[in-house]
This record gives sequence, C-alpha cells and structure tokens, in this order.
Amino acid sequence: MTGILSGSHPARAPEAVKRPLVQVRNLRKYFPLVTGILPRARAQVKAVDGVSFDIFPGETLSLVGESGCGKSTTGRAILRLIEATGGEIHFDGQDVRAMDSEELRQLRRRAQIIFQDPFASLNPRMTVGQMLDEVLRVHRLGKDRAARRSRIRQLLDIVGLLPEHTDRYPHEFSGGQRQRIGIARALSVEPDFIVCDEPVSALDVSVQAQVINLLKDLQDNLGIAYLFIAHDLAVVEHVSDRVAVMYLGHIVESAPVRTLYEHPSHPYTQALLSAAPRPEPRREGSRDRIVLRGDVPSPVSPPTGCPFRTRCWHPSKDALCAEVLPALEPLAGDDHASACIKCRDDRDYGLDRSPA
Amino acid sequence: MSLLQVQDLRTYFSTDAGLARAVDGVSFEVNEGETLGIVGESGCGKTVAALSIMGLIPSPPGQVMPESSIRFRGNELVGLPEASMRKTRGNRIAMVFQEPMSSLNPVFTVGNQIQEALVLHRSLARRDARKIGVELLNEVGIPEPDQRFDEYPHQLSGGMRQRVMIAMALSCEPDLLIADEPTTALDVTIQAQILELLAELSARRGMAVLLITHDLGVIAEVCDRVLVMYAGQIVETGTVEEIFVRPSHPYAEGLLRSIPGTSAGGDRLHPIQGSVPSSVDWPSGCRFGDRCPHAWDRCTAESPRLTAPPGGSPGRLSRCLLTEEPRRRVRSAAFGAT
Repeated sequence: MTGILSGSHPARAPEAVKRPLVQVRNLRKYFPLVTGILPRARAQVKAVDGVSFDIFPGETLSLVGESGCGKSTTGRAILRLIEATGGEIHFDGQDVRAMDSEELRQLRRRAQIIFQDPFASLNPRMTVGQMLDEVLRVHRLGKDRAARRSRIRQLLDIVGLLPEHTDRYPHEFSGGQRQRIGIARALSVEPDFIVCDEPVSALDVSVQAQVINLLKDLQDNLGIAYLFIAHDLAVVEHVSDRVAVMYLGHIVESAPVRTLYEHPSHPYTQALLSAAPRPEPRREGSRDRIVLRGDVPSPVSPPTGCPFRTRCWHPSKDALCAEVLPALEPLAGDDHASACIKCRDDRDYGLDRSPA
Repeated sequence: MSLLQVQDLRTYFSTDAGLARAVDGVSFEVNEGETLGIVGESGCGKTVAALSIMGLIPSPPGQVMPESSIRFRGNELVGLPEASMRKTRGNRIAMVFQEPMSSLNPVFTVGNQIQEALVLHRSLARRDARKIGVELLNEVGIPEPDQRFDEYPHQLSGGMRQRVMIAMALSCEPDLLIADEPTTALDVTIQAQILELLAELSARRGMAVLLITHDLGVIAEVCDRVLVMYAGQIVETGTVEEIFVRPSHPYAEGLLRSIPGTSAGGDRLHPIQGSVPSSVDWPSGCRFGDRCPHAWDRCTAESPRLTAPPGGSPGRLSRCLLTEEPRRRVRSAAFGAT
C-alpha cells in the first residue's frame, strides 16, 4: 500500500522548515443554556475556554481528558463543524474562522474527521461504494465514473478492505471494518490533517489494535497530521508525539508524550495517570494511587480560580488557588507546560519522578 | 468453600438468523468472599452468563437449557419457579449493571427506590427503611446522604448513580454481587473510586464479587482469579498472575498483546487477525482456530477440551491442543502482520 497516495501528493516540506499546520489561539466555545417556558439563554456552558496549541505536519497531538472536558468540542470547532465563540484558528496560514463556504469546501479537502461511532456516522442506506463516490463527486475528484470506481478500490485496499466490499451496506460489516470505512472516507480527499475523535473507543481491544496500526501506517506513508482525541491513556501514549491534558475547558498540561507520562507535573495529570488501571498483576506497594474525591464540577458554574482546585489533592493548595486562574506556563525542559501555581516551585513533590 | 457452582451452562436464543448459542457449555465456581473476573470481548457470552445466573434471561427468545446447572449454596436455581427465584435474586445474589441511568427509574427519588428494595426483601417498615437506606448511601461514599436520599437520578452524576446502584444491591446483604461492566460508562478517575469501593465492600462484608468486564486492566486491579471467555466458552482460567504473566491460550495471549503499553507490545501493536465469529455459526473444531497463529490441522478437526497446562495452580485450565502438543507452538508467531 506504500506510495499509492504519495505520488499524487505535493512534496512534503523538509524537516528544517517547521511551520505549524494548525494553529489554535485562545479558542473559546460557549453554549447557551436554554431554560424556561420562554426559551431564553440564562447561562453559558463554557465548553472550551481559552485553548491554544500548534500541530505540525505529520505529527500526532493528542487531547486527553474526561467526558465534558471540551476535547471533542475543540476538534469540531477547528474544522468549523461548530462555530467557535472566540479565538483564532489558522490552517496552513489561512484564517479558518473567516472562510466563506467555497473556502471551507477547500479546507475540507485537506482537513478531515473520523468519528467515534462508525455505525452512527455511516449512512445505512448507502453502499460503501456510493458513500465514497459521493465524497469524490462533491470534491470534484476523479474525472469520470470509471476513474472514481478505481479510486474507490484503491481506498478500500489502503484501509484493508476487499474490492467486493464496495457494494455492501454498513450493517454487513463488523465494528472494526466500519471504522475502516470511516477512515477510507476521510482519506478519499487526500487530507493533510485528520481529527480522530475517539476513533477506537467503541471497538474491542483486539480490533482496536488493528485500527491503531492502520492509523499509524497511514501517517508514516502519507505524512498526515492527527489531532487525536481520546480518554484511553494507554492508547494515547502509544499513538502520540505530544499530549495536551484538558480539564473543564482548559489545557492544564502539555508536553511531549514521554515527558508527560514519565514526569507529569500538574496534580490532575498525576491523578489521571495513576487512576488508569494497568493490565499487569498488582505488586504490593508498587503503585501510589491517587484516588480523587468527588466529581468533575459542572461547566455551567465552574469553580473560581483554578478549575481543578475542588478535587485537587496537592498538599500546598491554598486560598490563592481559588483566586487565580493559572496560565499554562513553560516548565524547565523541552516544550513542557503546566497550569498550576503550586507545582512550579516544588518539582520534587508528589509523583513527579524527574531528577530535581 | 464454593458459594456458586455453574455446571455446563448453556443459554441459547432463537433468532431470525438461527439458534444463537450465546453461552455454550460454561462451568465454574465462585468461592465465598473471592473476587472472580470474567473477561472477554463483546459477544463472547459473559453478560448472558451473568443474566442466566440471575434468572433474567427473557424467555422466549432465550432459554437456559435444562441440562444446565446453577447451584447457589447447593440449591439448584435452573428451573426454579419465578416466585422462589425472586427470593434468591436480590436477597442472596444481587447485580449491578453497566449503565446506572437506565437501571434507575427516573420518576422516583433515589431513596424511594432503595426503600422499595428494603421493604420488599427485608420486610422493613418504611421509617426504618429510610434510616437504613441513608446508612447504605453513606457506606457507598455518597456525601450528604440524607439530602441525596430525596433526589432524583438525573440530579446525580454518573459515578454517584453507580454508587446508588451498589447501595441498592447491598440493601439485602447479598453473599454474591455480580457486577457487569460496572465502570465502563465512567471516567477513569471515577472508575478508580468505584473499583476501590467494590474492593472495600467485598473485604468488609466478606461478599463474593463476580466482575464482568472487557477491560483487562480492571481485572488486574481487583480480581483474584480470572476466566477468559471466547465464543460462548471458557478458554482459559487461572490466577491473575498466571493469566497476565504466563497466558496459556493463544486468545488470552493475543488479547494481552493487543493492548498498548504492555511489555509484550513494543512499538507496534499485535492485533488478533480477523474478528469474533457469530454465535449462530461458531466455527467447528477450535472456535479460535481461524484466528490463531499456531493452528494446525488437528485444530479444525477436533474441539479442544479444558485441560490443565503443566505447572499451573489448582483450577488452572486452558482449552487448547497446545497443552498436549506444546512443540506445535510457533515461537515467532507474529500476531498481527497487518
């Protein structure tokens, strides 16, 4: 499958000129909370509240966090599947938020999305062939029916499906195969960037591994950049180059994947990593688990100051945490940033195993 | 001592596509106070096995076949009339489900539902039932239990609802709690809370737990022994240590190698080829045969029985012909050369 698509692709920029493909600055998305008999917005849910990051060509940035932290909303806002409330989104230097409908169509030839539930995101009344053909026609790819037909076979081959699958309907496929169809659809336009929104969460573990391998192969062969949205920390560790941890609409920590998993700095990241069950037998006393008390606060009325302070276990948390919203500030070391006013001066606290 | 003995459990469903043999000859025991895990992928029959024990298989289309035996403290549950089954279910065996929202009635308060269980099963007066209900909510770690008692399910978070379900299950002081994917719908930090709670309750009350999950991580955290199910059958049993460190059946081995971040993994994941077969048409011979990297002609010709691999703990079993012919094991067997 190597090179099937790469021939028709524009030459990749060499390593030296590293320019972000996607630039997000201070992204905000507030949803109005409509209540009452006369529908009126009485409050706002701040689903995403000031998120910034860059994604470079060919890399994987993961957004992790628990449900309601705003990770999926961020992914959708970047592609303008929902309109952001504020902030800036640039794709390859172009202002995404200012695009008109023709420019958006152009954008979607380069930026695609794969959804969590492959069954809900495929039209049950269309065969795989019809679905892919529609995408190719909308984007005016393939000059005639025959050209599109051969392109569809090629796409199915890339994602590991057979030519005879062209005329089947979604219900005839297993979950893993459906996700492959979703991937084929995203690939049909030869994108540079794909938002993968929980692409393997609905799949069984053995099938999940097939899809993860496929996504990695595609990245290696086609140089696609991924924004990988997931809650499974083991999957994120496996696929990412860099990771951003979200909590209540904010990024609380971001770092290259190894740094984040080996030297988590923010108390939330530390708790999250320690809470994930690992498929290894217990060894007495080998793990200090931090079990957080309480639930994630409602994004309708988030806590003042640090969003995590109501569940924070950090021994030096104090009144200041309720007053100041901590900014995501760089820590010593490579590209590592954390939004906690207490962790900066005591790097040797808690689970941080980095040499002080 | 064994609390629950399941012998040759077969639960079949008649479907449009044919007879679905969802659980097809499963035998195991749960000992007093132990935590036993059943792990497997969707469609392997783990949930149907649990529902069969609870007598909750909708019939028709389903049927627990008459040759099956489920004994609880020596008493046969298969074929028991509904009225007698009710006395066991809830009183001695309780169950919590994956999705707490759909198992709680949205139009009654949480307290109302706990009270109902207490009044029905323990014949308490409503006033006493309230007092005990509040104590139960407190025991499962719900803050301000007196207030929460009068709230509706939608006012609670997912984790709190699961705590309420556990409180209801505990209301009759069961000897066995069946937990079917109790943390699958929850976030990881909340999952940690619920698993901790289950372990605590089991230790404090000496209650046995049958934990059903697809998540090997959860099994490793809380279980003593594990059953691995595939295609309606048990394919491997053993202690957590045995299953995770020295898996014997190629399916169990394949599952472990599929998980990112395990030592067996490395840079590339090793998925199991193909997908789970359908329960109306299990493959002949070994049901895992067509996905197994070690399979040889004998594997399609005969159905392997559960046998003890050498050097295992008592009760360690594997349904694989490799235990008889270990030299057939392909050393470099590349799971997943996608």
